[in-house]
Amino acid sequence: MNEPLIRISKRDGISKPKAWGIRGLALLFSLILSAVVIFAIVKLNPLKVYVSMALGAFGTGKRIWITLRDTMILTCIAVGLAPAFKMRFWNIGAEGQMLVGGIATAFFMIKFAGKMPAFLLFLCMIVTALLFGGIWGLIPGFFKAKWNANETLFTLMMNYIAIQLTSFCVSKWENPIGSNTVGIINPSTKIGWIGDFLNSDNPVHYNNDFLWTILIVVLLAALMYCYLRYTKHGYEISVVGDSENTARYAGIRVNRVYIRTMALSGALCGFAGFLAVSAVSHTISTSTANGRGFTAIIVAWLAKMNPFVMILISVLLTFLDKGAIQIASDFGLNEYASEIISGIVLFFILGSEFFINYKVKLRGHKEG
Amino acid sequence: MDIENAIELRNITKRFGPVVANDNISLQLHKGEILSLLGENGSGKTTLMNMLGGIYFPDEGSILVNGEPVSIKSPKDSFHYGIGMIHQHFKLVDVFTAAENIVLGLEGEKGKLDKASIRKAVREIADRYGFEIDPDQKVYEMSVSQKQTVEIVKVLYRGANILILDEPTAVLTPQETDKLFAVMRNMKKDGKAIIIITHKLHEVLAVSDRVAVLRKGQYIGDVPTAEATQQSLTDMMVGRSVSLNIDRPVNPEQNDRIVVNHLTVKNKEGVKMLDDVSFTARSGEILGVAGIAGSGQRELLEAIAGMQRLEPGSEIRYISPEGEQTVLNGMDPLDIIHKGVLLSFVPEDRFGMGLVGSMSIVENIKLRTYRRGKGPLTDRKYPTDLANRIVSDLEVVTPDVNRTPLRRLSGGNVQKVLVGREISCNPSVLMTAYAVRGLDINTSYTIYNLLTDQKMKGVSVIYVGEDLDVLLELCDRILVLCGGQVSSIVDARNTTKEEIGLMMTQVRREGADHE
Repeated sequence: MNEPLIRISKRDGISKPKAWGIRGLALLFSLILSAVVIFAIVKLNPLKVYVSMALGAFGTGKRIWITLRDTMILTCIAVGLAPAFKMRFWNIGAEGQMLVGGIATAFFMIKFAGKMPAFLLFLCMIVTALLFGGIWGLIPGFFKAKWNANETLFTLMMNYIAIQLTSFCVSKWENPIGSNTVGIINPSTKIGWIGDFLNSDNPVHYNNDFLWTILIVVLLAALMYCYLRYTKHGYEISVVGDSENTARYAGIRVNRVYIRTMALSGALCGFAGFLAVSAVSHTISTSTANGRGFTAIIVAWLAKMNPFVMILISVLLTFLDKGAIQIASDFGLNEYASEIISGIVLFFILGSEFFINYKVKLRGHKEG
Repeated sequence: MDIENAIELRNITKRFGPVVANDNISLQLHKGEILSLLGENGSGKTTLMNMLGGIYFPDEGSILVNGEPVSIKSPKDSFHYGIGMIHQHFKLVDVFTAAENIVLGLEGEKGKLDKASIRKAVREIADRYGFEIDPDQKVYEMSVSQKQTVEIVKVLYRGANILILDEPTAVLTPQETDKLFAVMRNMKKDGKAIIIITHKLHEVLAVSDRVAVLRKGQYIGDVPTAEATQQSLTDMMVGRSVSLNIDRPVNPEQNDRIVVNHLTVKNKEGVKMLDDVSFTARSGEILGVAGIAGSGQRELLEAIAGMQRLEPGSEIRYISPEGEQTVLNGMDPLDIIHKGVLLSFVPEDRFGMGLVGSMSIVENIKLRTYRRGKGPLTDRKYPTDLANRIVSDLEVVTPDVNRTPLRRLSGGNVQKVLVGREISCNPSVLMTAYAVRGLDINTSYTIYNLLTDQKMKGVSVIYVGEDLDVLLELCDRILVLCGGQVSSIVDARNTTKEEIGLMMTQVRREGADHE
């Protein structure tokens, strides 16, 4: 009989090792294709380029720390997005939530340095960062609950407000005056730098900043995993995400879940802003978030809201990012070359999900 | 002999992963005959028909149309061979007229839309087979049965000689069903071949010439309808002898449980969906609710469950087995739970309201149990035990209770999980909407028995149904809704199907007294 050439059918489910095998294969194929593209366009030895990327991300002790730290900031935002996305609430306002958290942190670092004990200062920084981020998330949550306002547009626009607010604060706090930047806050005293919190005598100061970030975010990821999986709140979030009507039927107050979850989501993104200011840049500017609020959406989505998988995805994306900077300087390539590689890798990884969900059968073959 | 067959299926096998949906099935459809395809849920009827409709492609075997081997790769191919499928869910554009829907997607001559000739052609088809259709009526103004007529005329207009109707009577009143059958007989006389899928055995006996039975993906056999009885067909379908009588014992202890007074509910557009509805549901009885689809059944149950906004003047009162009265108006489902009112509800829309399709059985049981226990964590042990109990008590077929998403189970198994969960809450009021819709005979009877058990335990059961024969056999009293009003409340033991059918279409104001 005249069979169609290609038939696609949905899989009934796939074993975990097989799914990861497909993803691994996708990664391998993407590297091969990238190699071909590199060679075809710039005539460089692809292996050398890959080695350079790897060195860029993991070449020295400090580079490893930086890569891990940036991985963790990205993970932190993605962890913050997880509950909102699980609820099918498209929070694309992580950028803004992160910025307002950063503003709150910078405010205390600038205005209260030396005026309160370190413990109290950190408490204030963290609490206000959570609070500001939380409010920034709660507002669209409230409008969604009350008037069914479209959360995608709402959270997006909240980003622009946050950026303007940051510009305003930068102009108020600029240092030195006229520079239109805040500059490094407390560069000599290091007050409000998270690495400074416990051990200010440590000569390798950055290690502490980094260690704290990593520990805190891994802990957050674990807590979020449990929250979504084992708590009553987590269960309510999944039900609301799947069907509002079912939630209402089961006696879940949907509006309350929207508001509560968005406050949590925003608060965690605000906390990422705290980390970005207190542990990484020690300053505040409109580029403190630097698009990571959007990158984190890819992380959360690829990880299917599993916080531990988010760490893996973040490592990959940060690696690509750091590697890109390195090959740009090593081979004099501009950023487009590395963006092509990132694009190919992401395309293959996203594409592999298709083969995980569907089976493709060719004519005459039993399975393909 | 070959040329006598409109369709011949030879050794068709279709697998989905490890599941064999159709196992080596051979089936013929003669020209000018009406063939009933019968089988329990998950027996492979729909899969088989979808291969004729171009939705699936068989793994093995061949299909012959009018004696010619064919390859049906898409719905377009299916049309090309003169096969027209009428699905359960209509695919019509609401704002278009009947005629516009009928020609939608067809390539006209030179990009012209000749409305007059289309209208004429539609009228011709209608006259030939006895359809009642107004080509200029908009779809949104039509009743369900009129929409179905448009669907059928649509495939005839496109020249279909072979019609496949998938549960066409599920949404029709008895009178509308009779009209459909008359049309089907006319089409048969005209030489068309028809396959009808239905779960209602009396309809199978009334309309078809031959019955083909599937069981668990296998072809069991076919019999001329003249030689079949309801009992013989059921036995073929189930594979063993099944009792087809619904036991209707009387629970002598009956008390008022839910008292509804002047209940009025408007939809989002401000149209009254329920208009001054008053009735009492008693413990120890099954109160049936009959009516054409969309007469307010859904709103009625949702209003009691706290999911509708009630208009001023409405009152819903709950009287507990201890005689304590609670006014439920203005409460949401959580308030009702907190008040200790044990209300169970099997809604019409299983996956849109009662269940979460992407979650496992255990996670779905949790919809009712996740609040148990203090502290922020949910208990897993209790719902897991309950899930295992429901699976074994109701013979739910599932690979496991913890991982497989509910959506993967067949309709009957899904419904068993839903009904099982609602009964496991030890309700004092149990409301069910179309609890057996799309279920096979065996599962349906399991559910009827469960409801009767609940009634005998002193539960007040409200049963919204569409099959009048079942309503008359199962219920103690029947409330008939018509356009959101109570048309009448009658004793199910002394009423006929025709009387109820009549009440469904006209409100007798004097009959709608408040008891």
